[in-house]
Amino acid sequence: MPVEILMPALSPTMEEGNLSKWLKQEGDKVAAGDVIAEIETDKATMEVEAVDEGTLGKILVAAGSEGVKVNTPIAVLLQEGESAGDIGKAAPAAAPSPKPEAAAPEAPAKSEAAAPVPAAPKTEVAADPDIPAGTEMVQMTVREALRDAMAEEMRRDENVFIMGEEVAEYQGAYKITQGLLQEFGPRRVVDTPITEHGFTGVGVGAAMTGLRPIVEFMTFNFAMQAIDQIINSAAKTLYMSGGQMGAPIVFRGPNGAAARVAAQHSQDYGAWYSHVPGLKVIQPYNAADAKGLLKAAIRDPNPVIFLENEILYGQTFEVPKLDDFVLPIGKARIHKAGRDVTLVSWGIGMTYLVKAEAELQGMGIDAEVIDLRTLRPMDLDTVVASVRKTNRLVVVEEGFPQSSVGDFIANQVSQRAFDFLDAPVITVAGKDVPMPYAANLEKLALPNVGEVVEAVKAVTYRG
Amino acid sequence: MATSARKAPAKSRTEAKGAAPATPKPASFSKQEELASYRDMLLIRRFEEKAGQLYGMGFIGGFCHLYIGQEAVVVGLKMALHEGDQMITAYRDHGHMLAMGMEPRGVMAELTGRRGGYSKGKGGSMHMFSKEKHFYGGHGIVGAQVSLGTGLAFANRYRENKNVSLTFFGDGAANQGQVYESFNMASLWKLPVIYVIENNRYAMGTSVTRSSAETDFSQRGVSFRIPGIQVDGMDVRAVKSAADLATDWARSGNGPIILEMLTYRYRGHSMSDPAKYRSKDEVQKMRSEHDPIEQVKARLLDKKWATEDELKAVDKEVRDIVADSAEFAQTDPEPDASELWTDVLL
Repeated sequence: MPVEILMPALSPTMEEGNLSKWLKQEGDKVAAGDVIAEIETDKATMEVEAVDEGTLGKILVAAGSEGVKVNTPIAVLLQEGESAGDIGKAAPAAAPSPKPEAAAPEAPAKSEAAAPVPAAPKTEVAADPDIPAGTEMVQMTVREALRDAMAEEMRRDENVFIMGEEVAEYQGAYKITQGLLQEFGPRRVVDTPITEHGFTGVGVGAAMTGLRPIVEFMTFNFAMQAIDQIINSAAKTLYMSGGQMGAPIVFRGPNGAAARVAAQHSQDYGAWYSHVPGLKVIQPYNAADAKGLLKAAIRDPNPVIFLENEILYGQTFEVPKLDDFVLPIGKARIHKAGRDVTLVSWGIGMTYLVKAEAELQGMGIDAEVIDLRTLRPMDLDTVVASVRKTNRLVVVEEGFPQSSVGDFIANQVSQRAFDFLDAPVITVAGKDVPMPYAANLEKLALPNVGEVVEAVKAVTYRG
Repeated sequence: MATSARKAPAKSRTEAKGAAPATPKPASFSKQEELASYRDMLLIRRFEEKAGQLYGMGFIGGFCHLYIGQEAVVVGLKMALHEGDQMITAYRDHGHMLAMGMEPRGVMAELTGRRGGYSKGKGGSMHMFSKEKHFYGGHGIVGAQVSLGTGLAFANRYRENKNVSLTFFGDGAANQGQVYESFNMASLWKLPVIYVIENNRYAMGTSVTRSSAETDFSQRGVSFRIPGIQVDGMDVRAVKSAADLATDWARSGNGPIILEMLTYRYRGHSMSDPAKYRSKDEVQKMRSEHDPIEQVKARLLDKKWATEDELKAVDKEVRDIVADSAEFAQTDPEPDASELWTDVLL
């Protein structure tokens, strides 16, 4: 029976890819291990090898096709004695194995709720007052926005450089630094050994002399090796030196859960860093904020923790087309104005709010959605003002529940707007367990839209 | 023998390079150099004695680590530095600051937590800095300064300014992991850093033989192709010649180099350490036979470059400076309460 070759998953977060090139043509003999095609993921172009041997009977997805979903049949392989006439009887086969990584069936797309999720929201996103009215907007992924922010700041200031694992020749483990080596050279785009504690200290030392390093962590999970240098050296030196010497440095990289990478690669460090005086902590959601706030972080004279998210990297948003788009650090953005309940999140937590808000509209609940954007210094004024209007608050984050950012917000709101609250503040967080690997358990460990909707129903007494 | 086998790789590597840094002979000092080093070491000695006194009187709080006995190390190294060269060390840092030309008043007032201290009273003994004098701390986390000092060297190379970073750490810090992460990067990128390992034989209460599989710290860079030499850290002339060699080496683009300074602290690890882990005889032997200041004094007198009276005058001048700093440190007001909230962020 002919064998179907399926579109392979080539990274933990890949849901679709571009079939850039076929290296075998219809009628070609194929042996196991032969490279048959090139597939472009959101991170890299990968060669795909055949798993079985046979003759390439039919190409189902033409070269140049974009957005091919994982597990889509892309070709049919004829086995000995079979001919094109047998196509149609093809049995699905395992996806061919990608060359650099082992073939693994892709995780189901990160799902939001056990309950059915409604169609995409139609919510009108509120205009950001920091973007001049009438500014032309362009579509851009978070990944491109981050890269452009760094490139623009490196053009602007000779003292800015980037260091980290695979940032230069590999073009970034997540392609965030793509093209920077070519433009700025190895002096300013520095590949480091796998040595987080050491290179973080080197970066902080360089910053103490007035250089402005951007230190990329392949993930913030690895920054735990370096957290002494981040806290004890970067965050405290300005104070300990009586203001003489600080560390103008940005620590950035993906943070929090990606997809199916389990406990040691999935932690959200927002609450950890937001605990520490001497740091600024930014956790953007959309591409415009990623760009405007990363540029601000690089210019800031203080150490800034910039928490990105792998799942958001490939998402596309509108970004203002401005020569120099810099946003203020420490200012929340009202994503959507409303009057019945205040929903607060930041970073990837916003994806739950955006979907929950649409669902709530259908229930006749008009939610105000606030994207904090910065965790420290935190724009509590915006949150409190909103609660004074809506009298109800739900905070959503992916991090662990105890000593969470949401706990701090709930505490501050109870102190500053207690008389305005008509219900206890509810914090929706990740579950109090290390992140499990199994797809179903991972889904359960993360917050979901259903939980957000339930929390809103509780604070609005719509049982 | 284990020793020769162990040293073989370093030897063959340096041979291949055609430059084998070996421990140089002690420098021959001019009269001025002898007198200057005598005065600078004495200033540290008297300053530290006074700090110990003020600690006992309750003017200095927290941790206070004295440099008494190790003075020749920092004074000899400073003699080889150029303008703009940086120094960074851990918490036993008073001597380094004085050697770098920081004001005794500012250092002592920081020890007493007063507003005239280098960190406005917010850093204390272990955390002082001077951008002007290129002193980058003063760090309380053992080993952290090694990566930071490597970063200073990284910045020098980035700016192509020909300055070098003098990164000090002790025999205790030499067992921290980030030291070796730093060695690797410094050698890989040929950074102008001199790693000065002040081996005073005890990491707090643990002797090097109880803590270190390899007690020859000059060889700790072998797997990173970093040359190292052992230096008599009680002889300021030996330190100076090693410092000349090392700064030339790093400044000429050869990358890092290790100087292991064999030295000794007379006092406990900190003011609260009774130092029960070593014998009184051991300490006494070092003081009477190897004291860095007495060695210079003996040479000055021997060569008739100074009379007892002239040296007493130097001592008087130094004591006056120290007394003035102590007076300032006791009378200068504490920081204003509003300083609690300053310098957290710029």
